[in-house]
Amino acid sequence: MRMTRSIGAALGRAMAGLTRKAFTATLAVGLLGAALAPATVRADAGDDVLAKFATDRFPDTEKAIQDLAASGLATGPAMLDALGANQLYFDPASKSIYFTNAAGELIAARTGAKAEGVAQARLRKVRLNNSVRGAMQAAQGALSLMSPDPAKRLSGAESVFKSRDPASLPAVETALKAEKDTKVRRAFEQARAAVIASDKSQDELNRLEALDVIKERGDQDAASLLSTIAAANDGRVKSSAEDGARAIQSRLALWAHVQNIWYGLSLGSVLLLAAIGLAITFGVMGVINMAHGEMVMLGAYTTFVVQEWIRSHNPALFDYSLFIAIPLAFVFTGFIGVIIERCIIRFLYGRPLETLLATFGLSLMLQQAVRSMFGANNREVGAPAFMSGAFDFGPLAITSGRMWIIVFAITVFVGLLALLRLTPFGLRMRAVTQNRRMASAMGVDTNRVDALAFGLGSGIAGIAGVALSQIDNVSPNLGQSYIIDSFMVVVFGGVGNLWGTLVAALSLGVANKFLEPIAGAVLGKILLLVFIILFIQKRPRGLFALKGRSVEA
Amino acid sequence: MLFSRRSMLRATSAIVGGAIALSSFGAQAADTIKVGVLHSLSGTMAISETTLKDVMLMLIEEQNKKGGVLGKKLEAVVVDPASNWPLFAEKARDLVAKEKVAAVFGCWTSSSRKSVLPVFEELNSILFYPVQYEGEESQRNVFYTGAAPNQQAIPAVDYLMSPEGGSVKRWVLAGTDYVYPRTTNKILEAYLKSKGVKTEDIMINYTPFGHSDWQTIVTDIKKFGSAGKKTAVVSTINGDANVPFYKELGNAGLKATDIPVVAFSVGEEELAGLDTKPLVGHLAAWNYFQSIDDTANKEFIAQWKAFTKNPKRVTNDPMEAHVIGFNMWIKALEKAGTTDTDAVIDAMVGVSVPNLTGGYSAMMPNHHITKPVLIGEIQADGQINTVWQTSGTVVAQEWSPYLEGSKDLISDWRKPLACGNFNVKTGKCGGKS
Repeated sequence: MRMTRSIGAALGRAMAGLTRKAFTATLAVGLLGAALAPATVRADAGDDVLAKFATDRFPDTEKAIQDLAASGLATGPAMLDALGANQLYFDPASKSIYFTNAAGELIAARTGAKAEGVAQARLRKVRLNNSVRGAMQAAQGALSLMSPDPAKRLSGAESVFKSRDPASLPAVETALKAEKDTKVRRAFEQARAAVIASDKSQDELNRLEALDVIKERGDQDAASLLSTIAAANDGRVKSSAEDGARAIQSRLALWAHVQNIWYGLSLGSVLLLAAIGLAITFGVMGVINMAHGEMVMLGAYTTFVVQEWIRSHNPALFDYSLFIAIPLAFVFTGFIGVIIERCIIRFLYGRPLETLLATFGLSLMLQQAVRSMFGANNREVGAPAFMSGAFDFGPLAITSGRMWIIVFAITVFVGLLALLRLTPFGLRMRAVTQNRRMASAMGVDTNRVDALAFGLGSGIAGIAGVALSQIDNVSPNLGQSYIIDSFMVVVFGGVGNLWGTLVAALSLGVANKFLEPIAGAVLGKILLLVFIILFIQKRPRGLFALKGRSVEA
Repeated sequence: MLFSRRSMLRATSAIVGGAIALSSFGAQAADTIKVGVLHSLSGTMAISETTLKDVMLMLIEEQNKKGGVLGKKLEAVVVDPASNWPLFAEKARDLVAKEKVAAVFGCWTSSSRKSVLPVFEELNSILFYPVQYEGEESQRNVFYTGAAPNQQAIPAVDYLMSPEGGSVKRWVLAGTDYVYPRTTNKILEAYLKSKGVKTEDIMINYTPFGHSDWQTIVTDIKKFGSAGKKTAVVSTINGDANVPFYKELGNAGLKATDIPVVAFSVGEEELAGLDTKPLVGHLAAWNYFQSIDDTANKEFIAQWKAFTKNPKRVTNDPMEAHVIGFNMWIKALEKAGTTDTDAVIDAMVGVSVPNLTGGYSAMMPNHHITKPVLIGEIQADGQINTVWQTSGTVVAQEWSPYLEGSKDLISDWRKPLACGNFNVKTGKCGGKS
């Protein structure tokens, strides 16, 4: 008797504390649970549901999630969130369930109230695996269909589309009726169609109609769903689903070429970034700089250090970390470049073999120095929010990080071109590289120009490192993997010509991406190298050869 | 802080190394048993191998605190083969012939192991090899403490085929292009076909070392997975290529609940350089995870963090293999009562020591050890939680029963057979069938 009263009181407290959001969520849960039962009955059912979590066997947990979604327990959505974050606990002795909320407080799942005096050390986590996670996402999806946030409703619809759980159909239909946003509405319709088309108990005409909605969606997921339905059914449903899957696949095959070009541009922009600094030091100054890759690596480590500092001092700035890292990386690696030029390279001008050996030795020293300072392991460089995730462009999925790297590479290229063409320093640099003695006679301080030009090339390698830290390992070996590709691009494009570097990088990228699906990644790369060797035989000066006397200087 | 500690460590080891060289005629040399540590401290493999060097130093230090073995202290001789396979053989020769070490703990890649094999055979010394590998080998002078394919790859595939693992029907075998992935995938392909998987449901893909542009392959996997059958990726992608691969998976939104990726070369150490939030639920198959809830493991982790003076350091599977191998070696030395190579090799077989997952591992006559197989899922904090494990330990099949050339071979180094590739069909030792 006392037990029931305390439950009633707790439930009352929970109900009183309901916000609008929680209320809509409860409503959705209630809809899933078919009928809204009286509060006390629901509370008893809640006990049974919760007990299943305490056995900590994956099939039981999965069942418990489904029951929880159907039970309409007020703490349900919060429990699912906690489960997803690995924060749902059970007490092995009393079989009670607890979870920690966003504020880190321990909450009793039964009542939704703060759990006082529970020894957290005694509690054990409810474990997750992929099938439990799948069930959880399906339940969460159904629950978020009524969320006030359209993005959440959209992802809820996606979850239902993937889970195709017949139990979520009533919730989808209710949500569909209330939905105003056209984009979300379409997602709801597709989710509803996915459920109906996969449900064998539905009327055949309804299912065929639903298949048409899925066909209209036309992406990889739709093709996947249609093939699944085709495999599990016969008759008209099967043939309709098969036709749909085939039509989508052949349309996607056409788009695959567009996608290849995009991937090629993306790879090309990475090559461009890696090579563009070398286009200055090797291409313009003629220094065979084997330590170029290490400048890229130092730029990436600068990003890491900046992010570490931001994480520990000012986490709010994290999304701007790359913008802070870019100038710092440029200044830092540029400074190192000037030191290298002043201390080593200036004694070796005109002796390419010695330069090669000296800079190769230098690259090993820089690698080992970084290894000693930061350790041999990869360092985690996070992606700011605007660079993570992907968005759809027609049937293409474009990853934001890659897109920004393309934009960045082009910006750096244009910036460098402008620097060489429009500034006095650019003028002096071109003068020195075209005719050193004449420039010197005209009063240009060639030593200073050499040092600054080398610093500029190194600095640009550094900012390339900031971008590459987003897609590659930040480890002492980062530079090594780019040095060969960089030389390849500069030589292929024509030494001493920035436009050549741009064209070479992008065309090599695109060619690579068209070869890869046909020949495989390994053979594709070999074929490309063979092509470059043959090409250099025919045109030793690359795509865009510099003409005139300057070449001889 | 970090710099000074590390550089101090290096400086100390350099001084110690110099001291060893100077005192090779001194009295000190006779009083210690030397242990060779042959792991790359520079170059590409330093990322994985430096940790193993540190583990060996820690184990030797701990053993010396307990009074050493056979009444003598142990002394580590650390060399750096610099991720250069021929240099591994040279350094191994130095360790055995010049430094007269009693045993060597080392190597990571199969290429480095293959490079040192003739040296250990010729000079008759002992190598402990701590990394999971492709099998198809059993040498008298080598003790393999890492997993053979049936102790890692095959149970992982079995798990994914089971209803609990998602009843996977379609398989992508993706690997780096060298001997370990090629052999493992050959075994897996034969195994999958023996389980009734059709050729069109298997996609095999190889990429070069350090491959960094995964867009095409991730798209291919997505497409291959949209054929209406549950699909999984078995990844033998090695080393540096993993980070860009997982970053691309995360960016492309390929979730573990859609297409799970099970990796054989990705452990806690590799995940430390990654934001694992988009990767939650992807799988790894090993014989040890740091997250194992076991007293011995917790002690080991605490010891390791104290030794490295870094509370964030993680532990991983090859480290456990060195712990097991080292403890087995100590036991075998005590059993043999000498450091004589032949006596120790004979004493090794049958030695059983506790592993860090709450059981015992035993050295079998094929010079491989028994291991439990664990399947774990990657968590948001970079740890791997066990979701499935074999009920007991699994005995290594060094010669795969799924490959034509090796299915009739067995290995037993006990006398009188004493053969690493005995053909049960022809009754002869030596050579593939």
